[in-house]
Amino acid sequence: MTVSISPTGITDGLVLVAKRDCQTCELVQPVMRELARGARPLAIYSQDDPEFPEGVAGVRDDRALEVSFRLGIETVPTLIRLEGGREVERVVGWQRDEWRALTGVNSLGEGLPEWRPGCGSKSVEPGIIDELEIKYGDVAFKSRRIEIDPHEDEIEAMYSRGWSDGLPLVPPTRLRVHRMLKGTNRQPSEVLGLLPPDLQPVTIEKVAVNAVMAGCAPEYMPVVIAAVEAVLLEPFNMHGVLATTMFCAPILIVNGPVARAIGMNARGNALGQGNRANATIGRAVQLCVRNVGGGRPQGVDRSTLGTPGKYTFCFAEDEEHSFWEPLSVERGFARGTSTVTVFAGDAVHGIVDQQSRTPESLARSFALSLRSVSHYKLAQGADAILVVCPEHERTFKAAGWTKARLRQELDGLLQLPAEEVVRGAGGIAEGVPAAALGDRKTIPKFRKDGLLIVRAGGDAGMFSAVIAGWGASGAIGSTPVTHVIKV
Amino acid sequence: MELLDPTSEISPERRIRRAPPDKIAGLTVGLLDISKPRGNIFLDRIEQRLGEEGVAVKRYKKPTFTRPAPNDLVQKIASEVDLVIEGLAD
Repeated sequence: MTVSISPTGITDGLVLVAKRDCQTCELVQPVMRELARGARPLAIYSQDDPEFPEGVAGVRDDRALEVSFRLGIETVPTLIRLEGGREVERVVGWQRDEWRALTGVNSLGEGLPEWRPGCGSKSVEPGIIDELEIKYGDVAFKSRRIEIDPHEDEIEAMYSRGWSDGLPLVPPTRLRVHRMLKGTNRQPSEVLGLLPPDLQPVTIEKVAVNAVMAGCAPEYMPVVIAAVEAVLLEPFNMHGVLATTMFCAPILIVNGPVARAIGMNARGNALGQGNRANATIGRAVQLCVRNVGGGRPQGVDRSTLGTPGKYTFCFAEDEEHSFWEPLSVERGFARGTSTVTVFAGDAVHGIVDQQSRTPESLARSFALSLRSVSHYKLAQGADAILVVCPEHERTFKAAGWTKARLRQELDGLLQLPAEEVVRGAGGIAEGVPAAALGDRKTIPKFRKDGLLIVRAGGDAGMFSAVIAGWGASGAIGSTPVTHVIKV
Repeated sequence: MELLDPTSEISPERRIRRAPPDKIAGLTVGLLDISKPRGNIFLDRIEQRLGEEGVAVKRYKKPTFTRPAPNDLVQKIASEVDLVIEGLAD
């Protein structure tokens, strides 16, 4: 690599980088002393102890590792020759012939072994390289820097600036955001879109800042980015999902190999707490909407009650143990492609059915719960997700029911009798307007493609769930969107 | 500590001060005595002058000038007046 004169101050001469904690560097101390006595200018940088090598005056202290970083040292000892301020050659590790050739000292290292491998440079130890890049590299962020007084608690400072969803945030220091950005190959300056409601540009960098605050690990970035891209897509209608007086949050369902790779939970308590990826990926998206989009409760977010899912609601489908095809495959993606499906949804409504042993009986239980989405007497409004647990899927598997077969059964069971759902029926004013029913005897509960079925959950328990969707679905509201995760 | 801004940055970094009202007639003004000697005399005079301007006045007193006002006093003041004048120095 070409290196400018600035780190070492040597125009024509030698630079040597070493550390005491390295057997090879210890071994070649006599060589270093010999070179130091020679005529050619020599700068020796010690990474851990300015008293090493011994017997040499003027050893330069590089415990801050700035010069090692700027010279791109990966192994010690490294010997570099400079001419006219530029590096012309370097030798990594101890190799007697090469050191002799580089220095022109033909007696160098007499009596020493011909070669020894070097040791890892301190400047590339895990975690250190990121700090050095921030300190000495040209890592530039576009985001404004917010100075927190040394006597101010940074957690409180973030609360007082309104960045939080109510729970504490991880402070987004430059180092943390730098590490987060290493989780993706996308450029930090890339604009994903204009995030509602303020319609402000959301960049990869801003996603990273909010992902840090949410508590994400860098390896989650591809999923967070894909989820933000998905909610920005027009059919999802993020503005409406946020602004509504109804309950919903963007619910994220992850399919494909990425879920396992980053350790997401598709099994016991999949919809609950305890898994970092599940918890923080959903939270990162919500923090983007809050902080970049400007969407806040009692601001543009007019939700009457909301739901705890607005903190975070993200899980993986259990593909490995299911005999059904995954949601992503149903929705047209190849098996093995990682996807995130975003769904504007409410909270978890449990289905307790511990008695059904036939698929018909179990499907009827499911249909009863699905019927109550939004309101027992409403139809063609909300979508829904049916989350089928392992012990329930087993009943379908035993009878050879594919997901399509279950769907077909549910479609039949969810043809709601017009006379039951019409406004006023049962002494309830709410319901489907008579005009909307027309001459029909029945009306389907869900619009076409309005019911998503996924498999998740722990092995024990005959408890599936319905997650109701936003009362406005399809073109007039929000349509679920499945988006590829580019790792 | 330095943090990167997670927002869209359409608001100023520092919270801007509220604009003061353009007139005080008809408002309620609180006078907060911080318990420095003779602060009450100064505030008595202010109360008199404000009364001449047709401004309603409420008087408050902090237990000691060596500590910030207790929370319940701050909340009480905030809920009862539009503006506050605090007698700060000696």
